[in-house]
Amino acid sequence: MTAVLEVRQAVKTFGSGRSVQQVLGGVDVTVGEGEFVSIIGPSGSGKTTLFRLIGGLERPDSGEIRIQGRVVTGERGHIAYMPQQAALLPWRTVTDNIVLALTIAGVTESEARRLSAEWLPRIGLAGYGDSYPHTLSGGMQQRVSFLRALLAPRGLMCLDEPFGALDALTRLQMQQWLLSIWEANRRSVLMVTHSIEEALLLSDRILVMSSSPATILRELEVPFGRPRSPELWTDPQFNAWKQELYELLSGAAPKMADEKGGEL
Amino acid sequence: MLLLLIVWQGAVWLFELEAWKLPGPVEIVREAASIWPRLLEHTWATTKLAVFGFALGAATGVLVAAVLHLVPGARSGLYPLLVLTQNIPTIVLYPLLMIWLGLGLLPKLVLIVLVCFFPIAVAMLSGLSQRDPRLFDYLAMIGAGKWRIFRDLELPGAIPYLFSGLKIAAAYSITGVIVAEWLGASSGIGYYIKLSYSGFLVTRVFAGVAIIVLLSLAVFGVIVALERWCMRWQRHKEGS
Repeated sequence: MTAVLEVRQAVKTFGSGRSVQQVLGGVDVTVGEGEFVSIIGPSGSGKTTLFRLIGGLERPDSGEIRIQGRVVTGERGHIAYMPQQAALLPWRTVTDNIVLALTIAGVTESEARRLSAEWLPRIGLAGYGDSYPHTLSGGMQQRVSFLRALLAPRGLMCLDEPFGALDALTRLQMQQWLLSIWEANRRSVLMVTHSIEEALLLSDRILVMSSSPATILRELEVPFGRPRSPELWTDPQFNAWKQELYELLSGAAPKMADEKGGEL
Repeated sequence: MLLLLIVWQGAVWLFELEAWKLPGPVEIVREAASIWPRLLEHTWATTKLAVFGFALGAATGVLVAAVLHLVPGARSGLYPLLVLTQNIPTIVLYPLLMIWLGLGLLPKLVLIVLVCFFPIAVAMLSGLSQRDPRLFDYLAMIGAGKWRIFRDLELPGAIPYLFSGLKIAAAYSITGVIVAEWLGASSGIGYYIKLSYSGFLVTRVFAGVAIIVLLSLAVFGVIVALERWCMRWQRHKEGS
């Protein structure tokens, strides 16, 4: 399997003098062609920093990043991206927002319009092309945001806590929606999430990250076959995995109880 | 507004003020009507100059803001110079401009542009630097270049700021024209007011002032309408 993304020993430190804080302490990430990889870790564990390195917004202090075999450390414009908040330009209609993202990725304007018109009905947004983003619900905005990333002709899709800002029910629906869309299209995805269930439901592989400085604690192949049923969470095996990941993550988070008393 | 006019007219009648001290609104309207063709000619001259100068000033302001924003170092280097252009009172500046540029249209246009561009440039510049960090991060992540970010994020985001600058500049442009016409012109409301003063025709002075007020309101109205049109995407917000 060829690797779409390879992050090798990425180290990133912020601050200077005494307030130096190492955020990434030698992180390795690989995403294969057509593979869905999730990173889960405690809050503030440097997941966002890792994405900013992959997107080229920051340079690592050491280590390198390859996309489709080429070293792209510090370069922008190699990924498709879906942020936690939909980040749709409020003065552009839904279609124009999609067109903007696609033309930045090198698609011609007419092709971008055609793709947008073709796909909006498929994500349940027929007739919303000329609406402005603020008239859409949070879930609809995130579907547009995902579609923009899906249609961009880029080797790797980076999803940064894509459903983190949604309420629990919408989140559940969106996960199942994304699962069905992804299984029909099989793009290479790197997703960052807080949610164990989300990672288990969607991914082929899960990387568990520790915090400050972040390293990859463990790598797990998710054993469930494809296509996955939305009722996967009723599977006893699913719950066993969930338990294991939970314990791993609790170990990775800074221990609050220990710092306080110590005697207990 | 109407109440103010009534109180004004009432005071004039009550205290039997002479027209050369303070004419009442009725008197002013009557006087304006009697000299209407001439007044219209002057109004037209002033309007042309104000609108043309304002448009030129607005273009200059937007251009200056874009250059200061886009060229690295330009902002910190040139901003003090911009402020300097505003420190010289127009009443001092205009005779100088006449000495350098003659008596024609040019010094007037230069004056109005100088008065107009500043509030626009300042407002626009703060608008350009107030880009939404979430949207900026998103566009940077998907590989948008500096120009794309300027054109599609910073520029549209600065539109509300631009309009507050335009509103201030519109008022400035009309005062600028009046000053220029007062100091050296052979037509326009400013010239007409000066002429009326020389003849102690206070009612005509007031008629001139009334026209300035109406003109300012009209220009302001046009700008507000334009703003609504540019920000029409927001209109759906209240409806939803």
